[in-house]
Amino acid sequence: MNQEHFGFLDEYAKKEVRRATLKAVAIPGYQVPYSSREMPMGRGFGTGGLQLTLALIGRGETLKVIDQGSDDSVNAVNLRSFIEMTCPGIHTTIRTEQADLIQSRHRIPEKPLREDQLLVLQVPYPDALVVVEASEDRRKLLHGEADYSRLLVKLYEDIVKFSEITISHRYPTRINGHYVIDPSPIPRWDVPKLHNSPALILLGAGREKKIYAVPPYTQAEPLAFEDVPFRVEDFSDEHGQRRSCVRCGCNSSFLDEYVDSATGEQVYRCSDSDWCNQQLEQQQGVEQAVEVANG
Amino acid sequence: MDEVLSVRGLSKRYGQGCPACYELTGPRFETNLCPRCGSVVAAHDVSFSLYQGEILGIMGESGSGKSTAVKCLYFDEPPSAGSAEFFDQGEAYQLFDLNNAQQRRLANQRFGMVYQNPHLGLNFDISAGGNIAERLLMSNVDNYAQIRQRAISLLSRTEVLAERMDEMPRNFSGGMQQRVQIAKALATNPPLLFLDEVTTGLDLSVQAAILDLILEIQQQSRTSMIVVTHDLGVIRLLADRTLVMKYGRVIESGLTDQILEDPQHAYTQRLVASAL
Amino acid sequence: MAYVAIKGGAQAIEGSKLVYDYLRSRQAEDSQPLDTSTIENQLRLLHSRVISEGGVYHPQLASLAIKQAQGDTLEAAFALRAYRSTMPRLAETEALDSSRMRITRRISSAFKDIPGGQMLGATTDYHLRLMRMELLNESPEAFMAISRSWFEGCDVGQIPDTFPKVLDGLRQQGLLAETPAQPQQDQPFDITREPLIFPVPRSAALATMTRSEQGSLLALAYSNMRGYGDVHPTVAELRVGFVPVMLPHPISGKPMEIGEVEITECEVVAMYESDEQGGKPSFTLGYGACFGHNEVKAISMAILDRSLQKGMQGTPSNPSEDPEFVLLHIDGIDSMGFCTHYKMPHYVTFQSDMDRLRATQNKHAAEDQNS
Repeated sequence: MNQEHFGFLDEYAKKEVRRATLKAVAIPGYQVPYSSREMPMGRGFGTGGLQLTLALIGRGETLKVIDQGSDDSVNAVNLRSFIEMTCPGIHTTIRTEQADLIQSRHRIPEKPLREDQLLVLQVPYPDALVVVEASEDRRKLLHGEADYSRLLVKLYEDIVKFSEITISHRYPTRINGHYVIDPSPIPRWDVPKLHNSPALILLGAGREKKIYAVPPYTQAEPLAFEDVPFRVEDFSDEHGQRRSCVRCGCNSSFLDEYVDSATGEQVYRCSDSDWCNQQLEQQQGVEQAVEVANG
Repeated sequence: MDEVLSVRGLSKRYGQGCPACYELTGPRFETNLCPRCGSVVAAHDVSFSLYQGEILGIMGESGSGKSTAVKCLYFDEPPSAGSAEFFDQGEAYQLFDLNNAQQRRLANQRFGMVYQNPHLGLNFDISAGGNIAERLLMSNVDNYAQIRQRAISLLSRTEVLAERMDEMPRNFSGGMQQRVQIAKALATNPPLLFLDEVTTGLDLSVQAAILDLILEIQQQSRTSMIVVTHDLGVIRLLADRTLVMKYGRVIESGLTDQILEDPQHAYTQRLVASAL
Repeated sequence: MAYVAIKGGAQAIEGSKLVYDYLRSRQAEDSQPLDTSTIENQLRLLHSRVISEGGVYHPQLASLAIKQAQGDTLEAAFALRAYRSTMPRLAETEALDSSRMRITRRISSAFKDIPGGQMLGATTDYHLRLMRMELLNESPEAFMAISRSWFEGCDVGQIPDTFPKVLDGLRQQGLLAETPAQPQQDQPFDITREPLIFPVPRSAALATMTRSEQGSLLALAYSNMRGYGDVHPTVAELRVGFVPVMLPHPISGKPMEIGEVEITECEVVAMYESDEQGGKPSFTLGYGACFGHNEVKAISMAILDRSLQKGMQGTPSNPSEDPEFVLLHIDGIDSMGFCTHYKMPHYVTFQSDMDRLRATQNKHAAEDQNS
């Protein structure tokens, strides 16, 4: 492919994305409509996040792309190589701390982000109200008046029926005391990371043509009742013991569960592959240091 | 007595309208359809005051404009002209000058509405308790146990079995649906309640029980109410004062006893005579 | 190791590209690669469809898109759209004037005789759908003979360049509302530059429909035809042909023809309605037009234009009258992209789902024990 233009999109399109981004930062949690362009990958594969990344990244900056917590999953690989191809002069990394801009699908890195970092999340459904109101026209009114009672009624009915809030991911979260957002399909585990995040978090929905933001140090409260609090995923085993990653031993990260094909056993590993590697490296570093000391 | 609501010159017209609409309609012409432009004058120049703890009846046949007036006051429809002032907790609100959010806040927290058709007042996709919860949640109550407790006490007050609170409204009889609607309307202890033909279409015994309930609420909570009905019996039982409407106009108003004993307008006389 | 499921992505993608391309060339020994003009001519209607859904009038690139997508219309239209995203806008043409269409086909089902006459042109409408076995082994000689015999004895001079429009006749009789004397002041809504924010103007609806996926558009229009709606259309005119494209001269500013595009245009007349503004009742109109030769699409669009206009005025009483429902669900690029995305890993969200289900099951079990 011979795309001469830096960042694939024409300059007008990039400016439009930047204008929408500024507006999104100025009105935390408000979904800013923009005329999302067709990208060379499928709608639903992160074209909203991709347009944000392409409009915001510049030469000399460092990019990390993850999907399901992993830098090496097919979609992350695909997006990263497309961005590298169309943005000559940028660097890529798999290290969270080295990245200026992180584009992610479904996860926020375990390692806390810094003020000088930017997180772009890919969003399939931007509107948390869509589960209770199908018409976008009417949803706009509800957002404007911050009327989220119907979402709360859904939580109420959940507790009545299941004695639990059954929303597993895409947990509706109120930003800066007004707009409730769909924080993208991150697990509940990642929702607290939105709250007072030092890094700017941008959310882009390509197919639904919306951009919204959780600006740095902004309140982000998952909807819940005073006496039925929001809860993250529980990784305790049947004895109440916190499970840990079979690879690095970490017992404080979000875990993926597998059936080990050799033993048939259920095993758990860190979902964030960079986190897992760094835990391992640290341990090996310690072991080596111990060896050196003992040697 | 404390005034709760003051309505002046309320009018509602459907259609493009013309200068002759108001002059060529009304009881004198026995129509509310403007002969010039075909617009419908549903209500014109309706004025009244409502005081704390009072029940005001608005009586008339279908098409008289009685429901239209209440729909405008509850913000279901915008009026074409007129003003309404609502006095609440030391504040006065010009109802039709408020923006949507302010109107919604009043409708959710300070007014209650009970419709003839329970589908209008209840969300049939959520449980009876959920319906009450919705109104409480709109008023920023965010404690689940408190919401449950409040729903149970409201439903028991309106004589709905607390065990049935998690059932869907469609499982309920017509009378029960009205009781749930009333419980929902009362959830925020509103000082003003609108009741639009709430007993129409129910069995006689059920009607009587619901009317008893309304009287009881009025006596216990000093809630002001506007009761819209075509039923003289409902007016006789509930209303302290009554407006009689025909073709969009108020043709007679006064103390209910007086109107029933000594009706002035020929239409009211016929109505009273036929009921006796 | 289980972790392999999402490792090694780069290699897998590379391999997938190779095998996809290999499948195209399995017969390399005894066939030629497709050239783009073959696609444009011999797969004419497929080509039309891709040009129309891609929304870029570039016949050669449309053929290339079909070739590289191995005939998948959604993928081919998608490639054209993504190509368009990289292009700056250089100029704006004047609105196409379809009364200047150089016509290849034109029919009216409203009138037996129309000014200029009906012209059946190239259509399969009255063909018998029987397998033409002789095409299985078509010789190059037979193939060439087709055009030779077609041009023989053809009197080109008899066909006028343009035809009057059928609707103008109805307007003159006062059966159809007059077009506004002044062209509308508003610039038409540009769906490539502005997101749809409801309620949207009619021009936004028309632009969305003209780029829409043909099958989706047909399905919604068909729902209206069958009874989820009541447009009951009559095709006043359906025309196919080439319309000149005009651009202002860069120096003189005078409009000049820079080329022509093939379009299909359909105007349907629907039953009359009383005028809200107190005017006299008249027939209502639905309009459809798209790039290329796509009659089903143009007719579907015209029917939906009518039903949407109805829905925009009042409350939609069925899906085909609901602008949000129709306009947000007919774009092939959007819908196929989202459908495809479900094939991507969803491990994290599924992990969360399992967490909720287990928590709920545990509560359930605990409650059962208590009772």
